[in-house]
Amino acid sequence: MARVIRRMAGQLVERERDPTSLLLLGIRTRGLPLAERIADEIARMEATRPAIGVLDITLYRDDLSTIGPQPVVRGSELPGPIEGRLVVLCDDVLYTGRTVRAALDELRDYGRPRAVRLAVLIDRGHRELPIQADIVGKTIATARDELVEVAFTGTDGHDHVRVLAPRKPR
Amino acid sequence: MSDTQARPQRVRLVRGGRLVDPSQDLDGRFDLLIEDGHVARIAPEIACPKSAEITEAAGLVVVPGLIDIHVHLREPGFEYKETVASGLAAAAAGGFTAVACMANTTPVNDNRSVTEHILREAARHPLARVYPIGAVSSGLAGERLAEIGDMALAGAVAFSDDGLPVTNAELMRRALQYVQHFDAPVIQHAENLDLSAAGVMHEGAWSTRLGLPGIPGAAEDVMVARDLLLAEDTGGRYHVAHLSTGRALELLRLFRQRGVRATCEVTPHHLLLSDQQVNEHAFATCTKMKPPLRAAADVEALRIGIADGSIDCIASDHAPHHPDEKDVQFSAAPFGIVGLETTLSLCLDRLVGHDIISLPRLVELLASGPARVLGLPGGSLAPGRVADITLIDLACPVTVDPEAFCSLGRSTPFAGWHLRGAAAGTLLAGEPVRAPVPAGAVGDDR
Amino acid sequence: MSDPPRWQHKDLLGIATLEAAEIELILDTAESFLEVAIRPVKKVPTLRGKSVINLFFEPSTRTRSSFELAEKRLSADSLNISASTSALVKGESLVDTARNLQAMAPDLIIIRHQHPGVPHMLAGRVDAGVINAGDGAHEHPTQALLDALTIRRHKGRIAGLRIAIVGDIEHSRVVRSDLHLLNKLGAEVTLAGPHSMMPAAAEALGARISYGLDEALEGVDVVMMLRTQIERHDRALVPSARDYFRIFGLTAARLARAADDVIVMHPGPMNRGVEIASEVADGAASVILEQVANGVAVRMAVLYLLTAAGGGS
Repeated sequence: MARVIRRMAGQLVERERDPTSLLLLGIRTRGLPLAERIADEIARMEATRPAIGVLDITLYRDDLSTIGPQPVVRGSELPGPIEGRLVVLCDDVLYTGRTVRAALDELRDYGRPRAVRLAVLIDRGHRELPIQADIVGKTIATARDELVEVAFTGTDGHDHVRVLAPRKPR
Repeated sequence: MSDTQARPQRVRLVRGGRLVDPSQDLDGRFDLLIEDGHVARIAPEIACPKSAEITEAAGLVVVPGLIDIHVHLREPGFEYKETVASGLAAAAAGGFTAVACMANTTPVNDNRSVTEHILREAARHPLARVYPIGAVSSGLAGERLAEIGDMALAGAVAFSDDGLPVTNAELMRRALQYVQHFDAPVIQHAENLDLSAAGVMHEGAWSTRLGLPGIPGAAEDVMVARDLLLAEDTGGRYHVAHLSTGRALELLRLFRQRGVRATCEVTPHHLLLSDQQVNEHAFATCTKMKPPLRAAADVEALRIGIADGSIDCIASDHAPHHPDEKDVQFSAAPFGIVGLETTLSLCLDRLVGHDIISLPRLVELLASGPARVLGLPGGSLAPGRVADITLIDLACPVTVDPEAFCSLGRSTPFAGWHLRGAAAGTLLAGEPVRAPVPAGAVGDDR
Repeated sequence: MSDPPRWQHKDLLGIATLEAAEIELILDTAESFLEVAIRPVKKVPTLRGKSVINLFFEPSTRTRSSFELAEKRLSADSLNISASTSALVKGESLVDTARNLQAMAPDLIIIRHQHPGVPHMLAGRVDAGVINAGDGAHEHPTQALLDALTIRRHKGRIAGLRIAIVGDIEHSRVVRSDLHLLNKLGAEVTLAGPHSMMPAAAEALGARISYGLDEALEGVDVVMMLRTQIERHDRALVPSARDYFRIFGLTAARLARAADDVIVMHPGPMNRGVEIASEVADGAASVILEQVANGVAVRMAVLYLLTAAGGGS
């Protein structure tokens, strides 16, 4: 996973004039460790670490009334205004695209960034909205009922990505 | 029976039951023979006379007809809450052969013509006997004495402004003097209105927790104390309606020792429920009545009182209201719940069934005690007495269902209670009372 | 892994029936809503398309505005019905009002009424979630919750804190709700007030009772002053406002008896010079204005949790 993240960070550095002015916003929950790791890599390359924040999209979900377990709201934390900045949304898995859509809606309520890029570790397909990532770690074909599980050393003790078959009903 | 007497026209044998009549110290398996509406003979086994009707009482308890001396029939004037007809149907359904009805009607029963109206109406619905209680003061205004003598001659058996207290001490003193001409008691709804003021439930831990204005126990106690002193001075007969506090009971005991002719009644709800019920029922108005449900200590004191004889009788204070009137928030609801159709089962299950009192003691509290307090002819099945009888099935399971009441009122905190024991029928002067049809059924104008 | 705490109730009628964990859930959720108030766009779309009715039978500017703002910041549609002016409810029985409301099919109803138990009565008759905004002297749950949030944000916890609540205890719904909450979360509460403002069986409320302000303030971490009405139903409970201030008014001198880092709270509106001196109300220890901000966040949290509970499968 470390190599993949390094490549993602490299792509970001390549594309942007001033990669240290980027604002990396991790989408709760596992977008944040990804943003942290990318920021670490950029710091290694450029000697300065870009700003990090976290976006909690619970209040912007379009499926609140249909999800089972109640979503816990933990709030967003932005290091400063986003007006005119280049924001990179980070998330571990890109699936239907609804999470990213919610994140974009929320960003609008914070201001008007210069541009928004999307960096995801895994793209598993099955988009329900016309959303695509600018920077993808790896594309994996999955079945709808499979679960993609991502773990990061910083939060879970180790790095891995696993595709799990659906639980058989007892 | 002597051979020279005329042959009785109507004969009925009540056969095979357990006869419980504390007035004769009887509790056992006895047959009871009724002739022309009076008890003729009681014996362990009576051969059935040829032309006799038979009431099979095997498995049932046979007692003197139960009497509820505190009932609001609401007629005349408040027929939307209850009528004499629906009230008496409720009484019969609840196992009562007689009720005494209060005077807070419209017009108030403060004169002979209203007393006579009530009696006439009752005669049209012979489901239970009615003994009117006349007002103490004219119009219940608490200023001038009502025409007590005229009402007594018309059939009133006692006098009370119930609903309201007699506040004026001088008026109470005169009433206690005047009733002695008729050997009738003054029944007091003991409440000092200044102390009860805006209160809606008992003043105590629960009224404080719920933020509701309270009615202190003192509101009852100061009135009872005052009245007992006046009863002592005048020698009149004084009866406390719906006594609810331990302290009032202690005052009663104290003054009785001094020779005061004082009696009292308690309701089933004051024996079984405390002020905590207002919280348990989440402010439901079926827990709102006057006097209010009191503290646990008061409930305990009353239970001791029915067992040790300090309390003379149990009376329901059946106070029906139209369901819409009670379907409002607690603070705005009228005070009062119904009780005719729940009293017997509650007492059988929760008092006798829980060993608070014995069955014979319950019969005293519901029959001979009330009869003694008001000087009524019932309460005993000694030979020669009128054969008003209540049959009781001790095993009958009951679930309290207000929608099935004969009464027009529905408000009771006992809704849904599972009880064991119920009336299995009543006889008035030896004739079975036809089972009342619940309100709303076709053809209920009998 | 344990399940995250869930809100399971259709209504919020009082603190009395809440568990400590449920109270913490509301407070945690409210924390995340505080941030919405400082954004450029002070709105989240969470309750978009939901209808909320504010049914206030008792006049109230603060609580109603606070709820209205909370509703609007959640993008809900809110409707104010004030019983004194609305023909919809004037002279109508509560039961009929409930039926009419049910026919309008709102998602949530906020109700304030002068009689205890009215929100409970309404909750049983409508599908909407009902929030008690104050029922007589009984409860005012969102006030207690915003008080708790304020205390927690300053002190980091509630358990073990020494708290004094001062004023007309008998007639205060704020006291009753606060006591339920503070007791469940493990604080040590003292109630202080003149005899004429202490209810019967006051100990039944679950706090130490004191009739002297100086003694009650000794070393406390939090002081909550209640708004004091000198006259009620044409009866003066104390001789005069000045007299009351002398004996029970919170002055800087009195406040010095409390802990060094004491915070001063008040549910508002304040009677300056009656229960609280201006120097204290505006002083460094006062967190009264924060309470107002926290109130909007707490109400947003409650609206959010009740809506999510209502829609969940």
